[in-house]
Amino acid sequence: MPSQAVLTADQRPAPRYVEDVIRAAAILTMFWGIAAFLVGVVIAAQLVWPQLSFDSPYLTFGRLRPLHTSAAIFAFGGTALIGTAFHVVQRTCRARLFGGEPLAWFVLLGYQFFILAAALGYLFGITQSKEYAEPEWFVDLWLTIVWVAYLIAYVGTVIKREEPHIYVANWFYLAFIITIAMLHIVNNLALPVSITGTKSYGAWSGVQDAMIQWWYGHNAVGFFLTAAFLGMMYYYIPKAANRPVYSYRLSIIHFWSLVFLYIWAGPHHLHYTSLPDWAQTLGMTFSVMLWMPSWGGMINGLMTLSGAWDKLRTDPGLRFSVTAVGFYGMSTFEGPVMSIKAVNSLSHYTDWTIGHVHSGALGWVAFIVFGTLYYLVPKMWNRPAMWSTRLISWHYWIATVGIVLYITAMWVSGIMQGLMWRAYDELGFLQYSFVETVAAMHPFYLIRLLGGVCFLSGGLIMAYNMWRTIRTETETLVTQTRPALAA
Amino acid sequence: MTLESLHELLASFWTVWAVIIFLLIVFWALRPRNKKRFEKDARIPLDDDR
Repeated sequence: MPSQAVLTADQRPAPRYVEDVIRAAAILTMFWGIAAFLVGVVIAAQLVWPQLSFDSPYLTFGRLRPLHTSAAIFAFGGTALIGTAFHVVQRTCRARLFGGEPLAWFVLLGYQFFILAAALGYLFGITQSKEYAEPEWFVDLWLTIVWVAYLIAYVGTVIKREEPHIYVANWFYLAFIITIAMLHIVNNLALPVSITGTKSYGAWSGVQDAMIQWWYGHNAVGFFLTAAFLGMMYYYIPKAANRPVYSYRLSIIHFWSLVFLYIWAGPHHLHYTSLPDWAQTLGMTFSVMLWMPSWGGMINGLMTLSGAWDKLRTDPGLRFSVTAVGFYGMSTFEGPVMSIKAVNSLSHYTDWTIGHVHSGALGWVAFIVFGTLYYLVPKMWNRPAMWSTRLISWHYWIATVGIVLYITAMWVSGIMQGLMWRAYDELGFLQYSFVETVAAMHPFYLIRLLGGVCFLSGGLIMAYNMWRTIRTETETLVTQTRPALAA
Repeated sequence: MTLESLHELLASFWTVWAVIIFLLIVFWALRPRNKKRFEKDARIPLDDDR
């Protein structure tokens, strides 16, 4: 690991930071990651062999699927973001977290409680059936309280900072926290049927409901899965590479163009629906414009390595982060293409969408989290490096092969599915029945399952490596000659 | 012209205002005078190690 034990330039004694919560968040992130990948593998297997739901209502695909998406996005991604946000804001502001340990623990544990409440709800069939916003009203209220506490801790730290400038990573994290609060509250406005019951009815209806849902949904992608993890990129890649970001000015333009454009892209989820045509075109146009900030940001992340590319050979943790930025560029190229109406008429409702989402979720989000954890864990537990560098390398290649299997299978399956749906015979009848398209996808579902198993195996290797890094304290301190550390 | 109708008129040009604000930000970011300070700001994460 490239970190040095050099004191700060002005020899100011570092303030004591809140760190126990960050350590806990790192472990919980790993736990939720494994859980999310595992449920993903289970539902991928269910699509290959439907009898795997064992005729139990609790194990149907319809209930396990939101369990998988929420575990991946909110549990794995969200916990990683809470932990790293607290780490980044304290370090770049040179200030102890506002509210100290109590507020930080409240945010982290309160968020874990939200995850458990949401997940149990899915299994028992308690859902408001809005994609990525499935939890019912009482869980939503709880999350609002936790989220406001998160905002207070973050903004409070920024306000009492010792560093005059607010480093750009904080802008991204802050945009994420504020925007998610706004989206969460507006999309979940609902009236409970009774104060003791779980059922509620949403405040919106009809096409307005659809538009608000996808305004929420796409900005969850934009600000949760993109902006926040870009904050991670702007701190941890410079740290791991031990050089400043390629262009700070580009990072400013990256941030503001992202903020100005992303919020309008939602309607591309509703092409060829009853949403007014002008709104669909608006969503498409803003999605295409998003190419510029996305690629600007990718270039900024990748070029940070310029002059230090050799680090990729010796530091597989950094390799994760840099590959993540590559996947960010790739999936944000693919997204705007799919938002173009003509392309969307082929891709929508097919597996292509699933492939696109996973090139973002596995390639960008999960990889940037892995890269960050491989940097953060030795740092937080005061270890010279991860227990085994070779295992990081193994994780990297297994996970990468897994992603490639996954997304290529979904591309082929999705395009095939779309083409079969729209195929007509010479008399104008649909050429294929729906079940024929399902049968044709079977081999690709098997390949996808294999990709998922690879990704899960990589995650297990990482968990083991992390556990050994944390547990072998005395061993590494006494015998510094572990070959793994020298590697 | 009442204050309300003025507000309505200005609000209808919101895209124009948004573009102007964005261009001002770009100008601020690219201004040669600010080059040095941004280079210094970029080093913030690297200067904090214990």
